[in-house]
Amino acid sequence: MADTAVPLAKVERAGFVPGVAYALLAVAVLLAIARPWLPEVLVRVPDWMILPYEGWFQWFFDFLKDDLGLIHVTRAISAVLEWFLDATANLLYGKSRWPNIGPIPWTAIAAVAAVIGYGLGGWRLALLAGGTSVWVSLIGQWDLAMQTLSVIAVAAPAAFMIGLSLGILAWKSSRFEAIMRPTLAVLQTLPFFTYLLPAVIFFKVGPTAGCVATIVYAIPPMVLMTTLGLKKVPPEVVEAGLMSGSTRWQMLRHVYLPAARTEILVGVNQVIMLSLAMVVLTAFIGMPGLGAKLLALMNSLKLGRSFEIGVTIVLIAITLDRLSKAWIVKQPQHFMRGTPWWRRNQLLLVGIGLFIGLIIVAQFVQVADQLTRGQDLSMGSEIDDIIRGALANPTVDAATSWLRQVMITYILIPFRNAVLWLPSLSIILCLAAAGYAVGGRRSALLAGGFFAIVALTGWWDRAMITVYAVFSAVIIAMLIGLPLGILAARNKKWSEPILLVCDTAQTFPSFIYLIPAIMLFGVNDLSVIFAIVIFATVPLMRYTIEGIRNVPAELIEAAEMSGASRSQKLWKVQIPLALPTMAIGFNQAIMFAFFMVIIAAFIGTQDLGQELQKTLAGNQLGKNLVLGMCVALMALSFDHIIMRWSETRRKALGVA
Amino acid sequence: MSAAEPVITCRNVWKLFGAGADRYLEMARGKSFDQIREDGYITAVRDVTLEVRRGELLVIMGLSGSGKSTLVRCMSRLNDITGGEIIVDGQNIMTLSERELIELRRRKMGMVFQSFGLLPHRTVLDNVAFPLEMRGQSSHDRRERAMEVIKLVGLQGREDYFPRELSGGQQQRVGIARSLAIEPDIWFLDEPFSALDPLIRREMQDEFLRLREMLGKTIVFITHDFDEALRLADRIAIMKDGAVEQCDTPDKIVLNPATDYVAKFTEKVEKSRVVHARGLCRPLNGHAVEGPSVSGDLTVLQLARQLVNEPREFLPVADTQGQIIGVMRRQDALDILLGPA
Repeated sequence: MADTAVPLAKVERAGFVPGVAYALLAVAVLLAIARPWLPEVLVRVPDWMILPYEGWFQWFFDFLKDDLGLIHVTRAISAVLEWFLDATANLLYGKSRWPNIGPIPWTAIAAVAAVIGYGLGGWRLALLAGGTSVWVSLIGQWDLAMQTLSVIAVAAPAAFMIGLSLGILAWKSSRFEAIMRPTLAVLQTLPFFTYLLPAVIFFKVGPTAGCVATIVYAIPPMVLMTTLGLKKVPPEVVEAGLMSGSTRWQMLRHVYLPAARTEILVGVNQVIMLSLAMVVLTAFIGMPGLGAKLLALMNSLKLGRSFEIGVTIVLIAITLDRLSKAWIVKQPQHFMRGTPWWRRNQLLLVGIGLFIGLIIVAQFVQVADQLTRGQDLSMGSEIDDIIRGALANPTVDAATSWLRQVMITYILIPFRNAVLWLPSLSIILCLAAAGYAVGGRRSALLAGGFFAIVALTGWWDRAMITVYAVFSAVIIAMLIGLPLGILAARNKKWSEPILLVCDTAQTFPSFIYLIPAIMLFGVNDLSVIFAIVIFATVPLMRYTIEGIRNVPAELIEAAEMSGASRSQKLWKVQIPLALPTMAIGFNQAIMFAFFMVIIAAFIGTQDLGQELQKTLAGNQLGKNLVLGMCVALMALSFDHIIMRWSETRRKALGVA
Repeated sequence: MSAAEPVITCRNVWKLFGAGADRYLEMARGKSFDQIREDGYITAVRDVTLEVRRGELLVIMGLSGSGKSTLVRCMSRLNDITGGEIIVDGQNIMTLSERELIELRRRKMGMVFQSFGLLPHRTVLDNVAFPLEMRGQSSHDRRERAMEVIKLVGLQGREDYFPRELSGGQQQRVGIARSLAIEPDIWFLDEPFSALDPLIRREMQDEFLRLREMLGKTIVFITHDFDEALRLADRIAIMKDGAVEQCDTPDKIVLNPATDYVAKFTEKVEKSRVVHARGLCRPLNGHAVEGPSVSGDLTVLQLARQLVNEPREFLPVADTQGQIIGVMRRQDALDILLGPA
């Protein structure tokens, strides 16, 4: 209905005054120029104005915990969780708890993994799943990996069920969804330290707390995907269900949930991947497993073993990701009539047979049960020597030290000092100006307001160090990722494999990006930036390629028929149309960077992350939450500006 | 057939979309479609009064946005109406509780959808058995019954396939089989063949007529295709902007379009293919009946050869039992065949 179309831009920007954004920016610049003559009050929020958020949060949580007795509830939940965790721990690595039958021999688990792989995606996935198991065992990290997986085995199903239920609720009740959406947005930007400490305080230290933090961390995408999937069920399928006389429960059980299968399984994939990412990070609260080992090795600069663990984590990530993705696209197959039941359930039978068979074999053959120290093929120290040798090579060493020297002295430190030198008000106004330009008054208030809150917490300087790290890394990532993305997008032969690499790299737990950084640059600011750069380049490239490739073919043909040269086509047609999509990549890069900069705290940064890490040791819940809030608010502020811009731009261009 | 009692009765049915439509309804009466839209409401069904009689095939015809799909969804209460009342089998369906409504759908109604509405995760057999499963029939019973309807629509051998493994025409056969599984009294078909290729559509229409002949159900059939309507209908209701412009037999609509809007559809129609001898029939009124009669069920086109050579000015018309029901003026029929002189 063309006649009902209203000029979108006009409606959306009701109350938009064109000059305001510039005016705000001008004031910000003036304040910056006038910095040397400004009274201290205008540069930083003075001490007497700083609001005691810390105390408030602490009071609130103490109230919840002790006065309202929440601690008893959470302790009860802990007990249940612990029971499950003990059971999986017993089965997977033989912790002496009920049911006291573990550990299951590694060969049996490897065989089952391979059969599942075969069932979901044929020989290639069977090889991947089986091969990963064999690698983990041979390298001597079986127990570590099982410690990690035993938590995922509890956390992922729990996150799935909670996420699914919340998703259904949000779909049923728009009021609940209205509360849920911003909550999830905050949850997704909170630094992981802020998940960890409350988990430790409210749930028991150790695997239970780690498990809770993992569950909470993995829930948001499950909720979002469930709601999305349920909303997307075609109306006619719904009506067909209703006309068949389904009750409400039957509708949900037999119509909605099965019809939303794809989205729900995408949610499952994300739950698994986020669980893995978080479980590795729970090393910071002393949870045993791959993460803890990696953290310890990196702290003691044992690069060879770190590298091996990195490979293990990556392999596990790829395996879990591929298996769950294969499950998404797997469609049920029909059998011809009269197929006997053992043929229909062939794979299940093979799996059970192998499992039992190998358990029996393992009773007699020790290596089939577990590999002991000395039997593994770890080459940690040899790799260590090679890495050290390569890095000590005069040319490499000269290059890295030169890079370190130049970057730190001439670029990073000056940039950091500049950010710290700027008056708070100036930065707040800049963000407000950007907010106003993309979304009018409301966006200006949100973007500027969030930073103003950060200023009022008194953690401004630390926060600016975080922002500095994020932006220097994202800028470098753009310098690398955008040209590479554009190049890749122009050639189909390149774009496919690069997209695949990007997608795979995105499934790695963020922690492992620190390994090469520390290898190359040691422990300093540059390695932090380097780790963020690798991490953030991935989404930038990915979305650039996707944006350019999704430009409609007719438009390219139209440009070609208008006689555009290759570069004209790129700059006049492809890039303008790809910008909204590229902006999503930019946004993701920033979100990734915020996440990573906090993790890098253990390298010894000076930003909010460092302070956050300290709160873990001191059980300072109030401070932890304030700092977490600062990170979340800054991230949300950027997120809002970029996504708002991308959305309006998309509508203006009329591209989906 | 006209004496048959009504199965569905719509009295002054209104359906408005928009927030607070119930309260707005009083103001909407008397306003035009566009005026109502300016007030922020969409008129989907506007003051519709019609009856669907037992055993008849009523086609509701209209272009997209004319409210035809909404009207049929009101009859099955997939949509709640804003005003008026709808009586199905003597019950006002707006007063039914959720339980009773579910019961009504489980026992009496079947519906076929334009894009089939098949459940993608179920095989053909499980899709067809779905309504039976919902009402709690045992798995043996429902398998038996589902196989029966699958045979009826000619899909035997495909019962273990999944919808995605079937062509569009086959998928719609599954949709039809599903809607017939519970042996409904009332059969709703919402543009069942619109998503199919023209050749398949024709084949499915024939198939549909065969089923109709066999089952003798009360049918409400929705289409935007006037030719399809003419081909299938006992009566046609033509809708525009939510209101019924004319509701009558195909013959009468083609011969006497009630409004200019209806006339636009009938203009291009080859009338001789549509109009039956029955439609041109006038009362005897003392006319002497002479010679052999013609069957009222034949179209003017089918009678063309006879008409051209016919010496009589008035031809007696007989119904299916051979009873004389009136006479047809030869000139009237020729006018339709050749166009007015």
